[in-house]
Amino acid sequence: MEFRENQAIYLQIANRFFENILQKKWGSGDKVPSIRDMAVEFEVNPNTTMRTFNYLQDKGIIYNKRGIGYFLADDGFEKTIAIKREQFLEEELPVFFKNMQLLGIKLDDLKAYISAKPELNGH
Amino acid sequence: MVELKNIHFRYKKKKPLFENLNLTLQPGFIYGLLGKNGAGKSSLLKHISGLLYPDSGQCSVFGFDASARKPAMLEDIYLIPEEFNLPPISLRSYVKTNGVFYSRFSYNQLQAYLAEFELPEDAKLSTLSYGQKKKFLIAFGLATNARLLIMDEPTNGLDIPSKSQFRKIMVSALDEEKIVVISTHQVRDLENLIDNVVVLENGSIIFNRNIAEISEKLAFEHDVADMPAAEVLYAEEMRGRKAGIVKNAAGHDARVDLELLFNGVIRNAAGINEHFASYKYEY
Repeated sequence: MEFRENQAIYLQIANRFFENILQKKWGSGDKVPSIRDMAVEFEVNPNTTMRTFNYLQDKGIIYNKRGIGYFLADDGFEKTIAIKREQFLEEELPVFFKNMQLLGIKLDDLKAYISAKPELNGH
Repeated sequence: MVELKNIHFRYKKKKPLFENLNLTLQPGFIYGLLGKNGAGKSSLLKHISGLLYPDSGQCSVFGFDASARKPAMLEDIYLIPEEFNLPPISLRSYVKTNGVFYSRFSYNQLQAYLAEFELPEDAKLSTLSYGQKKKFLIAFGLATNARLLIMDEPTNGLDIPSKSQFRKIMVSALDEEKIVVISTHQVRDLENLIDNVVVLENGSIIFNRNIAEISEKLAFEHDVADMPAAEVLYAEEMRGRKAGIVKNAAGHDARVDLELLFNGVIRNAAGINEHFASYKYEY
């Protein structure tokens, strides 16, 4: 995997977890790959993936069954949504607004694009 | 554990290389030893493996005095040098004659590594390319299950797929007992493998920190031209922009750019170390 963002590698790997959860590749109670398997897959130090797992465990997204491995929490999906929403609102939206301002795009200009996406209108 | 204490060393008739060098290496970690040409990296690795003796000071490896070169210590060390000569015999014969020196040598592991690197066992070592020889030595070294693995420029000569295989093999071979020391200039190849960065300059260790604390304390910016000077610890001209190291104030762990870190440490070790000084990281 190519790491590009300016974010620590363990957080970038956490984002891969989030993607898999949001795309429902992993469901509640599913066993997730081990710290070592993830390290081999991403070609990073196992201490780095261990930080990813600690981070996800702190957030309540995965839990550890001693000697068996890590599993996706029952509310792992909901918690992931909450984290990603917060990230979107706090980090991505300000950039989006800044770009709108720089490019002189008004909210009204977006309406045409939004109406082409009925799922964004709560319909 | 490897412990170098108050090491003094000079090559004959030359000025001293190491003056009171201290370094501790803990099991379970991969140490990246970085330094310019002639900084003393290979000399340091030779001290650890008992190939050079300090003029004064102690170098202990798993409790053994390295310079005593006891077989019990030597079977726990494997050194892959940058330059090497291999005899004109088959891989199989080499393994048969050299594997016996390592009591935990695993033939099964070796076969798995050779398969991963696509090296045929009946090939003659002398007919292999430099990169293939290197891969053979890496496979052999890992199969010895030595607890201390020292690699001088391991990715030199490896083709693109082999570099990725190398990283995967290293990651799967690491356990909480092993100490891996990798000396390299190819920082991009190994950036995500290293968890402790040790920088050697003119025989002195001028920087020695864990990646986790680095990513928490420093941030590596694409362009620091508009940043307040007090925040910038190091900057370098990069094709129309100023890449730099700044104090990490955002509270987000940053991705560590080893190349930039190395350049920064060489130019401004004092400033960067000072930024870490008031700070203790728990790990």
